[in-house]
Amino acid sequence: MVGWAIAVHGGAGVDPNLPPQRQEEAKQLLTRVLNLGISALRSNASAIDVVELVVRELETDPLFNSGRGSALTEKGTVEMEASIMDGTKRRCGAVSGLTTVKNPISLARLVMDKSPHSYLAFAGAEDFARKQGVELVENDYFITPENVGMLKLAKEANTILFDYRVPISGYDTCGAEVESPIVMNGLPISVYAPETVGCVVVDREGRCAAATSTGGLMNKMTGRIGDSPLIGAGTYACEVCGVSCTGEGEAIIRGTLAREVAAVMEYKGLGLQEAVDFVINDRLDEGFAGLIAVSNSGEVAYGFNCNGMFRGCASEDGFMEVGIWE
Amino acid sequence: MGGWSIALHGGAGDIPFSLPPERRKPREEGLRHCLQIGIEALKAQNPPLDVVELVVRELENIQHFNAGIGSVLTNSGTVEMEASIMDGNTMKCGAVSGLNTVMNPISLARQVMDKTPHIFLAFQGAQDFAKQQGVETVDSSHFITEENVERLKLAIEANRVQVDYSQYNYTQPVQDDAEKELPLANGDSQIGTVGCVAVDSHGNLASATSTGGLVNKMVGRIGDTPLIGAGTYANELCAVSATGKGEAIIRATVARDVAALMEFKGLSLKEAADCVVHERTPKGTVGLIAVSAAGEIAMPFNTTGMFRACATEDGYSEIAIWPTA
Repeated sequence: MVGWAIAVHGGAGVDPNLPPQRQEEAKQLLTRVLNLGISALRSNASAIDVVELVVRELETDPLFNSGRGSALTEKGTVEMEASIMDGTKRRCGAVSGLTTVKNPISLARLVMDKSPHSYLAFAGAEDFARKQGVELVENDYFITPENVGMLKLAKEANTILFDYRVPISGYDTCGAEVESPIVMNGLPISVYAPETVGCVVVDREGRCAAATSTGGLMNKMTGRIGDSPLIGAGTYACEVCGVSCTGEGEAIIRGTLAREVAAVMEYKGLGLQEAVDFVINDRLDEGFAGLIAVSNSGEVAYGFNCNGMFRGCASEDGFMEVGIWE
Repeated sequence: MGGWSIALHGGAGDIPFSLPPERRKPREEGLRHCLQIGIEALKAQNPPLDVVELVVRELENIQHFNAGIGSVLTNSGTVEMEASIMDGNTMKCGAVSGLNTVMNPISLARQVMDKTPHIFLAFQGAQDFAKQQGVETVDSSHFITEENVERLKLAIEANRVQVDYSQYNYTQPVQDDAEKELPLANGDSQIGTVGCVAVDSHGNLASATSTGGLVNKMVGRIGDTPLIGAGTYANELCAVSATGKGEAIIRATVARDVAALMEFKGLSLKEAADCVVHERTPKGTVGLIAVSAAGEIAMPFNTTGMFRACATEDGYSEIAIWPTA
């Protein structure tokens, strides 16, 4: 028996000029979903159920880039992806290219539990969703006016944009770009905010689980798959830990980031925080990313090498923290 | 630093010892042919990244392997091909899934790596990209062979996901899947996928893998082959390409783990490869080929057999199907 622990994130790489109101909204959402997870854990829910529950909540809220509020493809549509992993037997499920499934993380769970495969995508995934009777909606349910605006800006800049919910009235702060020379994925930080969502949990039985969900990059090519649905990259869980990553997808894939945390724990005997620090400091080269992790002994940790990460964590001993900056 | 080394595979699985000559010989010949192409390319000082792409293209073009032409069919009788490639030096990678008209999936994966800011493109988006790039496309019927139509029929009759070989080859149910209790999830023989790893005399490493996937797979199913860290991986220590039961390879992050064991536990290539195949994955599910920066080669498998071939600059070469020891 260990004390439970939980961490959630809403994305790594945050504009230092992010309007205070936006920061407040983010912290409130992180607090709310953290509490949701905590209640479930107090009722002895299993790690795998809790991560799904929490990520569903993050998908449903339009604030972050997943489910409703997802970033838009170059065609102005939404293509969502997600993955979930149960550390106990390293069972996993993943989905990509979803356009009508209300909660991608739950479909990923169904792939894990109810299909002979680990990863389903595009039309095949949607067929499976239909057969499973999950809640389906029109694609425009996921599209928010803010993201339509952002897509336009991204196209004008003709670059890939992560996501940023700049209130239209606040856009006259082009001065902000000059003041913030921070760049992420080739973009000034003022027009970047990745906001993938994720959750990792270790329950009282010491079982770890991880879940990640996203709409991906703003203005991405249709058919582009990022790190979030890739087991070992964006999501990983095994006997010793559960990890969910966020940030520059390509860097996370190259660095097989989530697996890396577990690998240095398993093969080098590093503790959780050491492992997280090692991976963030050593495995990202020029890439920017962040991650959250829990261990089977009830620890929780996070790390990021970019400017800020929306996150929250809590453990049974009463520790609780929600933050954005260092 | 050793000289160059190259290894390639045409799939691991329950390859019966009784495999008739008419099924065995064309595959052996295919391996021989592709090995030779790889050797020539390395002798001509081509970078390993180009060599692995070249060799996998050749394997895709041979109908007897489950990649490109000769890909196994989905439960709808269609072809959905996937592939990935990785450069050990730069750690750049490219992957594609859900292709049905692109002549050489591995080359499209290379284009994704070289020509886009992304790593992984799939289905319609990948096909659109292929069109934009002007890569060679054909009608999807081009990839479908009689043998695979037959294979699919048998699999559907058995209502199982079968991987290659038209004989029923039931291995024990894979322990990890016991809780699923779906006929499709039971450990049927899992073969198919082609791959190549290579290293030159400077220690530059690269890996490439390509497949049609599992017979009777659900439309939209993505396996380990296009997943960096699962089916394909390369860094400065080694290059790895895996084959077998995709779902097992994914959860064990097979390709990445070989490199991780070398790096974090100081194991040799052979020790690391053996550990992953014999200790960290269920029997009957996985095989892999790997080369190290020093030119060593490892080709372990925990299935009945694995179509494979390798060669080193000092003249050693091998083509085999079953265990040789």
